Amino acid sequence: MSIDQHILPGPVPVLNLPPCHTEEEYEMVYHKPSTMVDTTMHYCPGCAHSLVHKLIMEVVEEMGIQETTIGVAPVGCSVFAYDYMDIDMQEAAHGRACAVATGIKRLMPDKYVFTYQGDGDLAAIGIAETLHAINRGENICIVFMNNAVYGMTSGQMAPTTLPGMHTTTSPDGRDVSYYGAPIKVAELMANLPGAFYVTRQSVNSANAVRRTKKALLNAFKYQPLHKGTCLVEIIGNCPSNWKMTPVEASKFIDEEMIKTFPLGDIKIPNAEDIKIY
Amino acid sequence: MAEFKLMKGNEAMAEAAILAGCDAYFGYPITPQSEVLEYLAREMPKHNRIVMQAESEVASINMVYGAAGAGFRTMTSSSSPGISLMQEGISYIAGAELPCLIVNVNRAGPGLGTIQPGQGDYFQSVKGGGHGDYKMIVLAPASVQEMADFVYLGFDLADKYRNPVLMLSDGAIGQMMEKVEFKPYTRPVVDKSAWATTGKPKSRNRNYITSLFIQPERMEVHNLKLEEKFKQIREHEVRFEEINTTDAEYLFVAYGLSARICQKAMDIAREKGINIALLRPITLYPYPYQRLHELASQVKMMLSVELNSGQMVEDVRLGVNGKVPVEFYGRMGGMMPTPEEIVHHLETLIQYHHVN
Amino acid sequence: MKNNNQLEELIVAGFGGQGVLSLGMTLAYAGMLENKEISWMPSYGPEMRGGTANCITIISANKISSPIISLFDSAIVLNQPSMDKFAPRVKPGGILLYESSNIFKPSTRTDIEIIGIPATTEALQMKNAKVMNMIILGAYLQLRPVVSNESILEALQKVLPEKYHHLLPINRQALERGESMVLALKGQLVN
Repeated sequence: MSIDQHILPGPVPVLNLPPCHTEEEYEMVYHKPSTMVDTTMHYCPGCAHSLVHKLIMEVVEEMGIQETTIGVAPVGCSVFAYDYMDIDMQEAAHGRACAVATGIKRLMPDKYVFTYQGDGDLAAIGIAETLHAINRGENICIVFMNNAVYGMTSGQMAPTTLPGMHTTTSPDGRDVSYYGAPIKVAELMANLPGAFYVTRQSVNSANAVRRTKKALLNAFKYQPLHKGTCLVEIIGNCPSNWKMTPVEASKFIDEEMIKTFPLGDIKIPNAEDIKIY
Repeated sequence: MAEFKLMKGNEAMAEAAILAGCDAYFGYPITPQSEVLEYLAREMPKHNRIVMQAESEVASINMVYGAAGAGFRTMTSSSSPGISLMQEGISYIAGAELPCLIVNVNRAGPGLGTIQPGQGDYFQSVKGGGHGDYKMIVLAPASVQEMADFVYLGFDLADKYRNPVLMLSDGAIGQMMEKVEFKPYTRPVVDKSAWATTGKPKSRNRNYITSLFIQPERMEVHNLKLEEKFKQIREHEVRFEEINTTDAEYLFVAYGLSARICQKAMDIAREKGINIALLRPITLYPYPYQRLHELASQVKMMLSVELNSGQMVEDVRLGVNGKVPVEFYGRMGGMMPTPEEIVHHLETLIQYHHVN
Repeated sequence: MKNNNQLEELIVAGFGGQGVLSLGMTLAYAGMLENKEISWMPSYGPEMRGGTANCITIISANKISSPIISLFDSAIVLNQPSMDKFAPRVKPGGILLYESSNIFKPSTRTDIEIIGIPATTEALQMKNAKVMNMIILGAYLQLRPVVSNESILEALQKVLPEKYHHLLPINRQALERGESMVLALKGQLVN
């Protein structure tokens, strides 16, 4: 078969299919949360952002807090988060999401405020704002997407890039003697007294997704306690910049990423502090 | 009779912020304006307002962004090096059309410079400072009284145009004490519900604050909308003061502290029989080009006096457009010209232009 | 054009801690209480941390133009560096008042009135070194009655926090002490 024959549509075959089921005949087992905007996302196939967006919006939907939640989007791949999340949002300058969130939360302490930040945004240019916000125990939830590269600018080295990992700005692999070791944000921030709940999760398997959802739910539920900052670090897949297929990227997380970034809770609240839940 | 208080310019500004209903102040200590944060740290909690010492000026301007984006009356203040750090945030605030008040108690630069008064941040204030096409309304107080009055005015203009307003003061006006009267103030009612991020009720679409318009077509539409706003500002908000212009043959142009010094120089010069007047721009953006253009038909020469190497003089020349000579005299480094020194320079210039 | 009763441009200078700034501020406050126009311009910055300090205080019947000036109607100097720096900047016919237990080389100008009083020694005799500046202020007001003593005392009452109000009487005494020291000096000159 020539190439032309392959790509040119031929005549549509007439299939003899049974009549369609009506909507009532189906049981709804899964739906897109009502708190999401009904639109097509710009994320690459296999990217973690779309999944985590959905998880956050599921939490917002389940908690019934759409009217009282304000999100802060970063500069990075998720700069357009406000195109997908059907809540009031602010787009912050690169790295400044935690300062912006501080301004929002301090004026409206009863609202739910979260930031959504990548590793370049949070761990490089914005680490001061992040650290000080957590140190003040700002009652916000920080969702930290760690995929070990700068995604939006197409795959440069991030503070979280693994040792030896190839990126466009570390073409021979990250040289730890030259650039230092990857920053373990969750462990670092958990040392601050203002951190209330710190966990690291991933979304590369169904179980991992469920655990991440639970972590996000906790982080949001703790906000009205006014006990401090919740940080949910999520190891995100970035097949495009890792030059992998989505399946390879998921495997890469299990086989490589978690060596540097082990999953699990790093700081959990005292039972006493959360007993009303 | 009016009730006066004796206050530093910085303190008067802080008190006026409280009276103007400022919901939140975010700042970082820097001489010569640390009194503002100190005063508000003491007084704001008494009014259940938010005051916060941020970890940097970068953080404080972004906290302003967040709070202003949520619809609150918000301000920050700093001095030159700190204002430089804020430029990124100011550009975002202008791009996202957030109303807020920023105060620069100008010290001398560049770099760490010195803590003494300066006007070297003129260009930064009126020509941009941060990236992109934007303008701030820039108010230049010349007294402690104006340090207070312009806080109300600044907040109101910010709300009116959904634009950041900069009050460009200097170390001397900030540090000196004069008597000040806090006039009764009625805050205009402004509805911010159409854009403020206060949480999305079912009844409306989501509000989002952003300066990002990635498609060039949409970005240009946004740029044009901003330009239209700046045009409105240029048409309606020009403010200036003029003294002795009726019979003037010469004109001082000066703002802030320089205008105060020039007033004294004007008195001395007039005693010597030189008919000189003073034009003091109160808004540095929008600038009183039109008035300068008119005065250019009347006077023989203008002298711009500034605490810098000659910045505002370029705007004077734009207004005058070559009609009469526009000269410059300035001191830098935190040094200030004495009135006598200015008069001496003026006399030399008059002689020079007469000869030529 | 400048009538001396209408406008007084004063510099006060000395070491940090001598009460230089508060002297000028009290005077400015008193001026405000008398519905005069006033401005008080301090030197600021490192001076605040123990070096030299000065402030320009202007009291006027009319609106004040420049708060920063280079020539003064009067100068109050409390240490030698300030004497050296500011004595040449007193306008002819002006007043130079100095603290004579600290300053041993007063100006030799003859076109201004130069008066020294040992205010520090006197304050120590009054068992409160801090009222030195009020003794000086009392002396100054005797020479230049730009505001009344009553206004100064009222100003002190407003400027001083409540917990220091027990010090008001000694401040009043200090003002009066300065006044009488000048009167005594002038008496000697007349005799």
